[in-house]
Amino acid sequence: MRLLSVIGKRFSRNRLSVIGAITVTCLIILSLLAPFVSPYDPTAIDVHNVLSPPSKAHPLGTDELGRDVLSRMIWGSRVSLKVGFVAVGIALLIGIIIGAIAGFYGGKVDAVLMRFVDIMLAFPTFFLILAVIAILEPSIFTIMVVIGVTSWMDVARLVRAEFLTLKERDFVIAARSLGAGDLRLIFWHILPNALSPVFVAATFGVAGAILIESGLSFLGLGVQPPNPSWGNILTAGKDNIEVAWWLSLYPGLAILITVLSYNLVGEGLRDALDPRLWEAERH
Amino acid sequence: MHLYIARRLLLMIPLIFGITIITFTVIHLAPGGPVEVQTEMSLKASAQARDNLKKLYGLDKPLHVQYFDWLKRFAKLDFGKSFVDGRKVIDKIFERIPVTLTINILSLILIFIVAIPIGVLSATKQYSLFDKISTVFVFVGFSTPAFWLALLLMILFGVNLGLLPISGIQSIDVSEMGPFERLVDWIKHLILPVGISAFGGIAGLSRYSRSSMLEVIRQDYIRTARAKGLKESEVVFKHAFRNALMPIVTILGLSVPGLIGGGVIFETIFAIPGMGQLFYAATMSRDYPTIMGILVIGAILTLIGNLIADISYALVDPRIRVRK
Repeated sequence: MRLLSVIGKRFSRNRLSVIGAITVTCLIILSLLAPFVSPYDPTAIDVHNVLSPPSKAHPLGTDELGRDVLSRMIWGSRVSLKVGFVAVGIALLIGIIIGAIAGFYGGKVDAVLMRFVDIMLAFPTFFLILAVIAILEPSIFTIMVVIGVTSWMDVARLVRAEFLTLKERDFVIAARSLGAGDLRLIFWHILPNALSPVFVAATFGVAGAILIESGLSFLGLGVQPPNPSWGNILTAGKDNIEVAWWLSLYPGLAILITVLSYNLVGEGLRDALDPRLWEAERH
Repeated sequence: MHLYIARRLLLMIPLIFGITIITFTVIHLAPGGPVEVQTEMSLKASAQARDNLKKLYGLDKPLHVQYFDWLKRFAKLDFGKSFVDGRKVIDKIFERIPVTLTINILSLILIFIVAIPIGVLSATKQYSLFDKISTVFVFVGFSTPAFWLALLLMILFGVNLGLLPISGIQSIDVSEMGPFERLVDWIKHLILPVGISAFGGIAGLSRYSRSSMLEVIRQDYIRTARAKGLKESEVVFKHAFRNALMPIVTILGLSVPGLIGGGVIFETIFAIPGMGQLFYAATMSRDYPTIMGILVIGAILTLIGNLIADISYALVDPRIRVRK
């Protein structure tokens, strides 16, 4: 607990990161409350109000089918949130397991697993994601899985590096001599101590996943219309680029603000959790 | 040094095997396989026709036989023929490379010209106003979806101001232009694509060169240089800058795959007939030979890029050469 409050204090020293954290919290609340705060039904078509510019009735205008852009963006925030968290969750699960096994056992196991990581890193990620999605059916579920399965490599490397040093430490040797098995050593003793770089990577990962999702939906390979996502509103923006600037401006701004907030939180966490800085502070 | 290079080359062999296996597996995950795609349009396609197609692509053989057949042809740079138009995949790829390569080389040059001075300047004046502004720029740069930026600039310069064209790489009436007009036309078409594809890279590289420079400035030999009374400009450019450049050299090697890869989204937006657009079209029509060809070439280029990065780093930094 004392540790948490110290981390909190160090985090709150970075003003930009605090702003990022507040924005992220607001976005999460907004997306949870989407049914209550969104002024219109996001899929309600209104043929009399097609492509109308921002006005009092529609603060962010309407799209090519007369749907309210603000409502679609509020509902779209759910997509970003879901994709960000689930994709990163999958990446963490794979990355932690592979990294932990590689770092804990070392030797041949480590060599094989790390070559696998190298192979995965060699692929142009976006091309690989596109290929897999084209083969499977494009949907929010496919996207989450595919982004997760193609973005665990950094986590694996981080966890492995932590395990390599931690497994030699006295507390691990002590636990082992008391008869703790491999599983207990890995998950109970070592993993909790290896998590801080993982938290940081996860935060940046959410930002990256949201960016990728928006790109995929923009290409028509993500969330399928009529369901709204920030990316597929931008597709409408591109199709109506000569007449409806609001369709391009606002969803992109939402992506920028969201991704920026997660990145700022990640940066703040990195500083707050960096043990080297802790040492410096004590002196 | 030779030993180092030889070892690195040997290490690449299992990696290339892994890459081909993964690519092959991904493609064969497809429910129904490639034949379904070709026949799903015409429901009337008889079982006979399907069998014929399967035989044509060798899909009636066991998977591992298919894999080794594919690998053998791949070693001869034969990626087979496109499902869409029956042309050789390798030809389709090669005709797309010049456009993508031009845009990416231009944007890489732009990135280096803009980002390195920004990084060096904000490192030498750490915590100054310039440093703070460039840090904010870096974060915004990392977080901006490039395709959104492209849309905004298209609206501004293409639609509202009417200054720049918003799609393609040449005007329709290009054949009636003189050589100079052609050049102007070409430049006008390239400004937005090159600028936007450089945007994210500028953010990344300026951050990278900033931290590289900061690292060097803390070294003892810089303190020595200052202590013996050298001018600050001499310390920064002669002593610090050259050493800070070394890790940046590796970035050049790491950029190699991106040079050919190109941005899918961004080539689609600007209607640029490059590699990204080819890949997008291939995935949309499930043109498996083309997808496999581009994936494998892309991955192998990444490996080669990494190799170049490591070797060039060893070349410029004697410390690494000696250790290895």
